[in-house]
Amino acid sequence: MSIKVIEDSCNGCEACVPACPYEAISVQDGIARIDLDNCNLCGACVSECPFEAIVIEKETTHLRSPSDYHGVLVYGERTSEGIHKVVYELLSKGRELADKLNTELAVALVVNKEFPTKDEIIDGIIARGADTVYIVRNEAFKEFLIEPYTDALVYLIEKYKPEVVLAGATSEGRSLLPRVAARLKTGLTADCTGLDINEDGLLVQTRPAFGGNIMARIICEHRRPQMATVRYKVMEEATENERKGDVVIEEFVPRIPQTTLLQDVLDETQKINLEDADIIVSGGRGIQDAKNFTLLQELADLLGAALGSSRPPVDDGWIPYSHQVGQTGKTVRPKVYIACGISGSIQHLAGMSSSDYIIAINKDSDAPIFKVADLGIVGDLFEVVPVLIKRLKAGSS
Amino acid sequence: MRIIVCIKQVPDTQDIKIDPETNTLIREGVPSIMNPLDAYALEEAIRIKEKGGGEVIVISMGPSQAEDILREAIGMGADNAVLLTDVKFKGADTLATSYTLKKAIEKIGDYNLILCGKQAIDGDTAQVGPEIAELLGIPQVTYVRKIEEIDEKRAVIERMTEWGYQVIETFLPALFTVVKEINVPRLPSLRGKIKAKSAEISHWGLDDIEAEQERVGLSGSPTKVIKIFTPERKKTGKKFVGTREEAADKIIGFLKDISS
Repeated sequence: MSIKVIEDSCNGCEACVPACPYEAISVQDGIARIDLDNCNLCGACVSECPFEAIVIEKETTHLRSPSDYHGVLVYGERTSEGIHKVVYELLSKGRELADKLNTELAVALVVNKEFPTKDEIIDGIIARGADTVYIVRNEAFKEFLIEPYTDALVYLIEKYKPEVVLAGATSEGRSLLPRVAARLKTGLTADCTGLDINEDGLLVQTRPAFGGNIMARIICEHRRPQMATVRYKVMEEATENERKGDVVIEEFVPRIPQTTLLQDVLDETQKINLEDADIIVSGGRGIQDAKNFTLLQELADLLGAALGSSRPPVDDGWIPYSHQVGQTGKTVRPKVYIACGISGSIQHLAGMSSSDYIIAINKDSDAPIFKVADLGIVGDLFEVVPVLIKRLKAGSS
Repeated sequence: MRIIVCIKQVPDTQDIKIDPETNTLIREGVPSIMNPLDAYALEEAIRIKEKGGGEVIVISMGPSQAEDILREAIGMGADNAVLLTDVKFKGADTLATSYTLKKAIEKIGDYNLILCGKQAIDGDTAQVGPEIAELLGIPQVTYVRKIEEIDEKRAVIERMTEWGYQVIETFLPALFTVVKEINVPRLPSLRGKIKAKSAEISHWGLDDIEAEQERVGLSGSPTKVIKIFTPERKKTGKKFVGTREEAADKIIGFLKDISS
């Protein structure tokens, strides 16, 4: 395990110097020198070098033989209504990956006996691209609980040995997959926004880091399965086609969990949740007061949008934390994000800058939010929003 | 009650600027801070200790500079601090990091609760907490927004979900990752700062925690970063100045355009 500069290839161009987050690289006598005390082996310089002069060598340990593993498995997250939409998105991407690998696509459902094994949910999953639906069944799987669900998924993976395992980067997926990956001692990449297969047949996972300010491509060469959680609303939903698939039922008894779900409570202030919304109307410091959120709520209702907030209104207690978008709140990716009176700090942008379209309304024409906006309205939200509401009402009647 | 809090040193994004020409992050000279979400975990641990007594131990893996955040934690009210530092720990992904922290936690031993922030603001993975819990074989509760009841054997907590929240009961020891809603972290007191200055911080390396070398650092990391790049910013940044009516029409026109 080491990093080194191939001196014959390095021409001292200094491209690597600013790339290092740890200020560990300097150029001396025309050659890049890496200070190993400060280097964290993050690899940021490796991809920056135009001459491929920086290499990280690592001794590899083959824990599992990759050739024993075949197929793509998607975790079938459920909701009270059936299947989480992210599963349909994973089916389109999963189908694409499976075709490139010339292998099968399967979905894992972890359910209790009340869950019908022959109905439109299963048909819908097959119609959207799955070759096989595995149903792991036990009374312990009535609702999502981390420990029994980990047991179920690990059981399935060890039995059928998929080479790729995908789940939505939802609160459920991001709680469950790390546990599964740790038990299988394999790699897991969080919150991916891109997936592909490279020429070596490896899963190339692209994900944002630093609140979306940098992107990283990640692979898992020597362990299996290759696992990823995938951000909701990034991939296209699979469309239904007439096709056939298998249903395999596995009766499986998990260990007795240490945790119990006592209550599942709906937040009444979240009429539409931020993660599901196609449109989000969001308010910042410019809202000035708690009661002014009613104005934004009215606009949100007219647009069928969810109500969001930047950090200051939450810190001042104007709106509950569940509405906060940004680094210490939620990451959202709606089709349209309407930022009202939000200046656009890096922390806020981290949570919403990957929205398809951004509309900003702000009095300050120098506000950084305008840099990421597709439409920037320089103006007072208290003047613009009421007129907008009036026009929308007039238009809909 | 013995509580272990895992904290991470991260670059302070408050001070990160975007290079206007290249649209890339300017990271040089950016100061390091305690991961903001970890501060909530630490505050919660201190509050539990203040209520029911016990001990708060903070641990961090990183270079020797990470001592700064451990001292800050002592200033806030932590009793002991351990820095996991060894050249062999470098280049760790979430699995290797979790394994290293797990070995350190086992060495500390006899804990009732482990607290972590929801995620670190540099890597944004939210994986290390659940992975530590799995490797220790203890339950985990993620996105904790409130601890309703807690004693040495069990706890009742509220966990944030996309649609609201869940009330969960768990046996201890367990690991919780917390969200910002849980509390407002205190600033280090003057007395705390004085204590922090002279506090002894243990440094543990590979041999101290009896870790297997092939499971830590780069060699213990199944995942490998093959490329880092700056995302394209396609936004036009166009600004419109006009009357309120014109502005409202502009927005409605824009919404119509993109939905058609």
